[in-house]
Formats: sequence, C-alpha cells, structure tokens
Amino acid sequence: MSTTPTSTLTTEALSDTTLLRFATAGSVDDGKSTLVGRLLHDSKSVLTDQLEAVERASASRGQEAPDLALLTDGLRAEREQGITIDVAYRYFATPRRRFILADTPGHVQYTRNMVTGASTAELTVILVDARNGVVEQTRRHAAIAALLRVPHVVLAVNKMDLAGYEESVFAAIAEEFTAYATELGVPDVTAIPISALEGDNVVEPSAHMDWYGGPTVLEHLETVPVSHDLAHCHARLPVQYVIRPQSAEHPDYRGYAGQIAAGSFRVGDPVTVLPSGRTTTISGIDLLGTPVDEAWTTQSVTLLLTDDIDVSRGDLIVPSKDAPATTQDIEATVCHVADAPLTVGHRVLLKHGTRTVKAIVKDIPSRLTLADLSLHPHPEQLAANDIGRVKIRTAEPLPVDAYADSRRTGSFILIDPSDGTTLTAGMVGESFAAPESVKDAADDDGWDF
Amino acid sequence: MTTVARTGEGTTPGRPDGPYALSHLDALESEAVHIFREVAGEFERPVILFSGGKDSIVMLHLALKAFAPAAVPFSLLHVDTGHNFPEVLEYRDRVVATHGLRLHVASVQDYIDRGVLRERPDGTRNPLQTLPLTEKIQSERFDAVFGGGRRDEEKARAKERVFSLRDEFSQWDPRRQRPELWNLYNGRHAPGEHVRVFPLSNWTELDVWQYIAREGIDLPQIYFAHEREVFRRGGMWLTAGEWGGPRDSEVVEKRQVRYRTVGDMSCTGAVDSDATTLDAVITEIAASRLTERGATRADDKLSEAAMEDRKREGYF
Repeated sequence: MSTTPTSTLTTEALSDTTLLRFATAGSVDDGKSTLVGRLLHDSKSVLTDQLEAVERASASRGQEAPDLALLTDGLRAEREQGITIDVAYRYFATPRRRFILADTPGHVQYTRNMVTGASTAELTVILVDARNGVVEQTRRHAAIAALLRVPHVVLAVNKMDLAGYEESVFAAIAEEFTAYATELGVPDVTAIPISALEGDNVVEPSAHMDWYGGPTVLEHLETVPVSHDLAHCHARLPVQYVIRPQSAEHPDYRGYAGQIAAGSFRVGDPVTVLPSGRTTTISGIDLLGTPVDEAWTTQSVTLLLTDDIDVSRGDLIVPSKDAPATTQDIEATVCHVADAPLTVGHRVLLKHGTRTVKAIVKDIPSRLTLADLSLHPHPEQLAANDIGRVKIRTAEPLPVDAYADSRRTGSFILIDPSDGTTLTAGMVGESFAAPESVKDAADDDGWDF
Repeated sequence: MTTVARTGEGTTPGRPDGPYALSHLDALESEAVHIFREVAGEFERPVILFSGGKDSIVMLHLALKAFAPAAVPFSLLHVDTGHNFPEVLEYRDRVVATHGLRLHVASVQDYIDRGVLRERPDGTRNPLQTLPLTEKIQSERFDAVFGGGRRDEEKARAKERVFSLRDEFSQWDPRRQRPELWNLYNGRHAPGEHVRVFPLSNWTELDVWQYIAREGIDLPQIYFAHEREVFRRGGMWLTAGEWGGPRDSEVVEKRQVRYRTVGDMSCTGAVDSDATTLDAVITEIAASRLTERGATRADDKLSEAAMEDRKREGYF
C-alpha cells in the first residue's frame, strides 16, 4: 500500500471539518438510488471492493451495467424485491465537510421512515422527475419536511436529460414547488436541475445547462450553514445523569451531565431547574473533563451548580430569565409510526428529553391528508403512517417548548407501556409555520438559485 | 487532551458555519457521550463488548470521558475466540487494571472443549462467538450491551439502529426495528430481552483514526507496521500460529504488515504497510481504495448477506 495520498480527500480531511446530516426523499422511480449512488460514486466514497461486489451481484442477476442501487439496498428482502424498506445511513466526505445521509424509502406506506430520517436532518433533498413535475408524492415530501422543520430543502429536478435540458421545464417546476413550500413555511428552498444518471449538476456542473448559474447538489451540501444563531435560542439542558465520584480526590463533586439541547450556557448564569422551579447559578462547566466558561448546543457537558439543590435525571436546566411554562396538557402534531393504531383513551408513556412519564391520549381532533393538507375531523384513531393533531394529558408537569422554537425540547415519542414499542413521533404546538409576510417584490423572484 | 476551539477561530478561515458550529469529531464525540449517559441513566446492568480492537478502545475512551471524574459505571465483556493476538490480550489486561474495571470473559475454547461447539472445517472461529456471547448475556442478565459496530462497515450494519432491541434469543429482526426519532432513544425491553447499543454508529473508519490521533489514545502495536510471519490464504495475509495455519501448500514468509481490524486470527488479514505512526496510518487509510472489512475480513465474504445472517442470530 502506498503512503502517498492518491485521493483529493487526504490532506484536508485530516483537519477538522463540519458535519451535515441530510435526508433524501423521492418516489420509487424518481431516481433516488441513482442520485445517492452518483453522490457516493462521484465523491469517490465507493471503494473498489464495494464496487466489485455490486458488479458481481449485478452480473449474477443478468444485468449488463452495475446497478448502483445495490450499494444502498442492504437487506436480503430489499435486494429480492428491488425496493428500499427501511432507512439506511450512508457516510461520505469531501475536503470541506462530512455527511451523514439518511437514505429513506419513497413508498407511501413508509412515511414513518421519512419522518425518522427527517427528524435529525438539517437538509432534505426532494427529487422530482422533470417529465412529471410536482406530483402528490412531492407535496407529501414537502409537507413532511415542513412539519419536521427541516431548515433547508433542496428540490432536485431530475432526469433533465429526458426533458431536453430545457430551462422552461425546470423553471415551471421550481416555481410551483417553491410556492407550495413557502405556503407550508419552509424557510429555505434551493432548486437544482440535475440528471443523476448522466451526472449533470450532482457533483460536476452540467455542460448541457449553461442557463443554470447555481451550485451543484454537492456544492450546495458543502456550503449550506449548519449552525444556528444562538442569540435567538432558548438555552436548555435535559439532565441525563448525576455524576458523583465520591472518591478521595473528588469527595464533594456533584455534576449534572447532559447534552445541551438548545442555546448556550455560561458560568455565572442564573438557572432554574424544572419542573421543581428551584433556582441557583452555574458555578462551573466541565466539557468532558475540561473546565470551560461557555458551552453550547449540541455539546455534551456537566454543569456544576452553586447550591446543593435536588436535581436528578429527567429534570431540565434552563436560564432563569427564559424558562418555559410547565404543563400537563400537550397539544401536538404527531406521526403514528407503529402498526397498531393510536386511539383516544390509549394509555402510553411519553418520553420528552430525558424524562419518561405516564400519559393518556385525551383527544384526536383531526387527521391530516398530506396530499392536499386537508383536515379530517375526529378520526377516532390514527393508523400507521397517519399524521394528526393529538391532545395528551401527562401524569406529571413537563417543561415543553414549541417544536417551532426547538426541535429537541419540542419533540417527544409515545411508547407502549406493555411491550415498549415506539408508537408515535410528536411535535408540540402549531404544525406548519405561518406563511412569511409578503416580501419586497424585487426580492421575490420565485425560487432561490 | 481535547481542545475544543470554536470553528472559525481555528485553522480554516472563511468557513461559513459561524462561531458555534462543532467540528465533525466534536459532534460525533458529543453524540456518543450522550448515548453512554442515556444507557447509564436507563439500564440496570450494561456492559461494553471489548475486543481490544480500535473501535472498542475508542468506546472505552468515550465512556471514561462521559463520566469523568467518576468511574465508568459499566463492566467489560470479552468474547475470547482462543485465537487472539497475544499483544491484544496483553493490552486488554493492562487497560482493565489501569482503570480498575471488571472484565467478564466468554470463551469459545471452553465451548469447544465441552463439546457444545465444534471447530469448523475452515478453522474460522468468528461465527462460533455468537453462542458464548448470547449465553453470557443471559447468564449475567446484561440488559444493555455496547458494541463498537459502525454503519459504514457493511450494508446490513447501515440499517442498524443506535438502540437495537434483541429478543430472548438475542436475535435481530431488521424488519421489526423501532423507528429512531431525534435523539430520543427507546430502551424499553421485556425481561430476558436486551438492547444492543452502538455509540459509534455514525463514525467512519477515518473518523475513528482521526479521533485516536487527536486524543492520543494508546493502541495495541499490531495496528502499526511491523515484521511478522504471515502466509497467503484467500487473498489475505494471515498470521502463522498454533491456531491452524499454515497448511500443506501455504508458505510462511516475513513481511512488513499491519492490521486494520482486530478479530480472530483465523479470519483477520494483515495489509502490507510501512505506516509506523498514527499520521502515516491515517494517510494510508485516506488513500486506500479498499474498505476495512473488504481488505481484511474473510468471514464477510462467505455470502452476499453474511453479516446480516450472523446479526440475525445474535452476532453484534
């Protein structure tokens, strides 16, 4: 093996880069596997033995060209049926950034898997076929991205090679999609004309579409911002574990360990512990063994407090000047992810942050039809993959934020107490963002290159 | 020790992510620590699978940081195939002593001696690990078992959850996995069931090596280039030894090699290398056109779904 770097990745990959988590969504024949295969292949993330395995498997199936979908379909059942049945996570890197790709299935019945992928994603790529334009499935994908408040959405208009690489085809689709997404409250839409099969505008700029002046898919993934303006975030620390060494060296150390869910904390900050409401100040912050003055989302830290007050796993530490109200009545939008339906009167466990409490489903006021965003009133139950509004009463007060304010402290899961099944993904508060107020006409050019 | 500089103030000017972005290694480290602490908070009897390989060494390092200055609240479990590299056993015992940890050992050789397991014709003991592992989990009543598996290793592992529920037979059913949403891990399980936990799910081989370099973590010497007596079998360099190699026509030679993974000697291959330092290893891996398992693991080549099939049975 040579010690001379041969890949463009080598030298700069050794320095710290940032991490982008993103998800893909697309219907069965929109070319999602081809896009993922192209991203992995053209960014040189597919290694020789993996490609050989795909070539071998393709040949044994009698296929002439290597089927890049075999790179991503990992289970026997998936290969047998030629479909993706579950979220898979892929990893690739460029000199600028590391990527975690949640590769989610496009089938309608796997909405829950899209929700799973989108829940941790900073960006979603939604594919459409240039020949078909915006279809019902596209609207469903956009609605899920909006519901999950994925900060950035990329519309990849694929198969431009089959649409003559025509600007007008792309422009019409981009305009229709952007109008719809804006109505849903998606803050940032970037439309890119591509051909995943031919490689146009995926990693390399297209030679066929010189009318397009924007980034390729990969360029956009490399440069989209991943951090937030913490000045506008409520600081939140769900307490995971109390660290008490009780050793000769640290006889009195008592630290509250957790991953900062939002915002930042500084030594000296007055803080309140919820749900008890006791107040104190931060006397120290340990960042995995190293004292620091300030820590921020999503660092895993240990907070030391001035007063010896009762704090345990499940509590939430917040700035005293910015504490959420606690409540036992939660209204939320949920996606039901289990096979058995969720019904009014269902007794469940609710996990929010690090706290799990008993809860009961009091009401299901409506079910959402994703295709046209219409509401079906009082559906009585939510079946697998249904999205609806739910009212829940909890046995203990919880400090919940609106999901719009914090994806971490505004989310929860419902669990079946009898067998531990994860039933439902919940988002507190309003489901879709209000449409943005009308912008200046000059600034409103329909879509964002 | 770690220095957590705000990116943007560091060595890469002009990065668009602003002062509060975490570097990819800091983000992965923070996520793994969160996972360790969730398990400590929710389970009664967790254990870390420890092979002495780089992934389990990184897991232990993360666990030490997660609970500092207190001790790690988990014990270790080594599945001893009986064909271990001596340097790795020495490393294991040293680490256990240094940190005052408790070590459980499940021994494949014991099972063979008792006639419960039979040696395979190909001499590979990796598939034989599953029974001792799962019986140990049952007899010690472990309810959470940390594994160093990474999703980038293999296509079946790419489908694995961070918290992976196993039934009373330790079986994995990929079609009946719990959706995993946000960072809200669900550890509920019935008596007799347990949860496999993978804190390094989102790490790649290169991430692991970069982290080892950044943190200055000590590794067994077989990860670095050294002279070794090896012979060729199935396209790989295997270490000669009492475990059963070389056979008749196989020729032993001395070569400068190193290992990318550490497992059973009978199925873990070495690669030709002159990388004697961490920096050289990282450069070599970044330039390699072969995956870690493709280069050095015979057991994954048994069939297209070898890993999936073993995982279904209870392998980690």
